[in-house]
Amino acid sequence: MRVTRTSQAAKVAALLGALLLIVLIVAPWWAGRADLRLMGEIFLYLALASLWNLMAGYAGLVSVGQQAYVGFGGYMLFALTIFAGFSPVVAIVGAGVLGALISVPVALLIFRLRGAYFAIGTWVIAEVFRLSFAQISALGGGSGSSLPVKIVRSMADGRAAREALSYWLALGVTVCVIAVIYLFLRSRQGLALTAIRDNELAASSLGIDIWRTKFVVYVVTSALTAMVGALIYLQKLRISPDAAFSVNDWTAFVIFIVVIGGIGTIEGPIIGTLIFFALRETLADLGTVYLMVLGVVAILVMLRAPKGVWGLIRARFGLELFPLSFHVKRT
Amino acid sequence: MDWVNAIVQGTLLGGLYALFAAGLSLIFGVMRLVNIAHGDLIIFSAYLGLTVVMATGLHPLLALIIVVPAMAAIGYALQRGILNHTLGDDLLPPLLVTFGLSVILQNGLLEVYTADPQKMDAGVLETASFPIGDLQLGVLPVLTFGVAIAVIAGLQWVFYRTAMGRAFRAVSDNQDIAQLMGLNRRHIFALAMAMALAVTAVAGILLGIRTSFDPSVGGGRLIFGFEAVIIGGLGNLWGTLAGGVILGVAQTIGAKIDPGWQILAGHIAFLIILAIRPQGLFPRISG
Repeated sequence: MRVTRTSQAAKVAALLGALLLIVLIVAPWWAGRADLRLMGEIFLYLALASLWNLMAGYAGLVSVGQQAYVGFGGYMLFALTIFAGFSPVVAIVGAGVLGALISVPVALLIFRLRGAYFAIGTWVIAEVFRLSFAQISALGGGSGSSLPVKIVRSMADGRAAREALSYWLALGVTVCVIAVIYLFLRSRQGLALTAIRDNELAASSLGIDIWRTKFVVYVVTSALTAMVGALIYLQKLRISPDAAFSVNDWTAFVIFIVVIGGIGTIEGPIIGTLIFFALRETLADLGTVYLMVLGVVAILVMLRAPKGVWGLIRARFGLELFPLSFHVKRT
Repeated sequence: MDWVNAIVQGTLLGGLYALFAAGLSLIFGVMRLVNIAHGDLIIFSAYLGLTVVMATGLHPLLALIIVVPAMAAIGYALQRGILNHTLGDDLLPPLLVTFGLSVILQNGLLEVYTADPQKMDAGVLETASFPIGDLQLGVLPVLTFGVAIAVIAGLQWVFYRTAMGRAFRAVSDNQDIAQLMGLNRRHIFALAMAMALAVTAVAGILLGIRTSFDPSVGGGRLIFGFEAVIIGGLGNLWGTLAGGVILGVAQTIGAKIDPGWQILAGHIAFLIILAIRPQGLFPRISG
């Protein structure tokens, strides 16, 4: 008997994943401008969805206020480049560090709320962020501001080079996010997290410090979400409080992606993001009806197949592309 | 005197927030459900009221005769048709289903009524006021506060003095044993949701007379209601009224300092109370 973590499917998936990654890295040479932009957006949504999934699907921290960190990261990109003179790439890292710092006092406060009340508490925090940034006149107050042309030009020479850099940054951050989540879940901490997900009481009786584990997840997620936010606004080049802290754009879509794809798995957000963008590209003309369709699909999935699309595939074929669980094999 | 005025007006505003919160507090107390779509349901009732007023020419307050039973019926159907299927030990399904519901409602309203702000015309009631000492009190805010007290007293009476209230408390304490005693918890939950949405209807109409509204403002109303519930303490209806008043006063005082600070001041008051007294001022049940 032998205990293994990996499987044939996972090895094939890893190989295909590596090939796909190479194809994606060279995309600026084979894809058009519009495609590049769309792919950049897909990567950033995938990163947001994976991070939300880590919190909700593994740590049981259901947040409807992640737009707080997306907007915060975006504003930090603007503040650090305009006032501190940082280059945009350094400012993205800076946004992550500041995101981690601000999330500590936030966590100390809202961790006092349980379950669903925690969710609404995160929303209050996002509103506080939005209203506060709307008060800062140096960043354009309620109407927002644009990233100065000088800073945009400093990134790289020429528009094509800038767009390629922005694409690679989006791809890079997303790969990093998924890698961090994967390695985190395979670590000792990750095992503790999975135990908490399955049964909080049992986990705590095994000596796992539940509060601390959740706190670490919250801070790491916030930092990475702030970095993704900075990248989103590096692509948009214009920021305003209402757009940066929009609950629909940065949380509702993300929740739908994770729920439809399959919550509590690494593969779920990937499938969900692909489905979300496929739906968006075909139904976008419908406007608000499209959002209602998404809402109905999410409710149906939650009621009929709470593990999402990936949950169905996994139950049918026993697939696991990111090997996390252990299997016993006869040798 | 200006400050006294701000506090009095804030207290009266708190009545409206208590009405936002009462429905949330009620369903949390009975079935531990937190309805993310609550704010959108308030706005939905306001639009329902607007439609009734436009179609029949009734005074907005008389439209309550139609809107309250309609919302109660919607609440009963919503709970039996969808929300009962989400209840269990897992926290995610109710949260995500009501979140999806919120997005559907918001965009449905946008589709039907467009994004233009709407308001209900209540004639002289909107501007009428009477003096008390040096203060001028608006009739509508005083009426709203009176309605809030009446609604909470009514809910309190139902909860502790009627057979239905006994059933509410029984399923709240222990669903399985209540079921063994012959109560159908699905029906009881649906009744609780019907009552909660009846209160929501009252809140929606009063909101629609007081200020203009559009499909996107539901989230904000949910947050005010939620803050009032947490400040007051979970499961305590009179505490919820106190929470609404504290929130309203914090907002009017904030607005007095700087108009841009109105909403922010309310959130900050909530966060301060969360920091120093996380269980709320008058808690009854633990979350």
